[in-house]
Amino acid sequence: MASTAAVPFWRAAGMTYITYSNICANLVRNCLKEPFKAEALNREKVHFSLSKWAGGKPEKPTLRSDTPGV
Amino acid sequence: MLRQASRLISRSVTAASSKSVTARAFSTELPSTIDSTFVESWKKVAPNMDPPRTPSSFMKPRPSTASSIPTKLTVNFVLPYASELSGKEVDMVIIPATTGQMGVLPGHVPTIAELKPGIMSVHEGTDIKKYFVSSGFAFLHANSVADIIAVEAVPLENIDASQVQKGLVEFTQKLASASTDLEKAEAQIGVEVHSAMNAALSG
Repeated sequence: MASTAAVPFWRAAGMTYITYSNICANLVRNCLKEPFKAEALNREKVHFSLSKWAGGKPEKPTLRSDTPGV
Repeated sequence: MLRQASRLISRSVTAASSKSVTARAFSTELPSTIDSTFVESWKKVAPNMDPPRTPSSFMKPRPSTASSIPTKLTVNFVLPYASELSGKEVDMVIIPATTGQMGVLPGHVPTIAELKPGIMSVHEGTDIKKYFVSSGFAFLHANSVADIIAVEAVPLENIDASQVQKGLVEFTQKLASASTDLEKAEAQIGVEVHSAMNAALSG
């Protein structure tokens, strides 16, 4: 069964569907009128800390936060 | 039910012959299509233990398709943060599939459609409600239930036309000046989304 279906341009450039979908959603959110835009951006705020583990110990964590100082 | 039977039987025969033994027919057929060769080999190896249950045995049977086409389409329209429409009965929905605007009526052929940025309109009598959808999927089931999932869906009134124009100009410039494949792809996405919003606002 040959899968010769034409790939979308973003897939050809190495992007996954989730990345594409999130970019589209962000672009739409940025074009909203005022109270809605603030609500949407507020809704999408994230706060997490990520650390890779090597040799049984966590390495330096990377913090991604849209609420600085928390 | 009988209409389905011949299709299901022929499907399970071809499945058994062409695929591995783990291919399964619909869960409504489960009692008769439990894999007997697996169960027998299991009993030889572990006669005192029940054969393991598979996820499909926990599933509810697929809802049966009505023999006559229903008069209304049941729409479930969900976003990650809200359920816009839940079990709403409507006459028609027009979704922005990647293959073009697709009109969905009750009794539509079961389809899975990927959505592109565009307008989705829900028609109920003379009432038409339009949303601009950023991207997502639409699952149209045989029993006239449509599950539409989108990441962002906004009513057209909430979109700021000047921002859209600005974004369109910005991304067209980025597309012209992009160097790597990834930059070109991102700029192209920007151009497509903003053009779609532009068309939605003016159309």
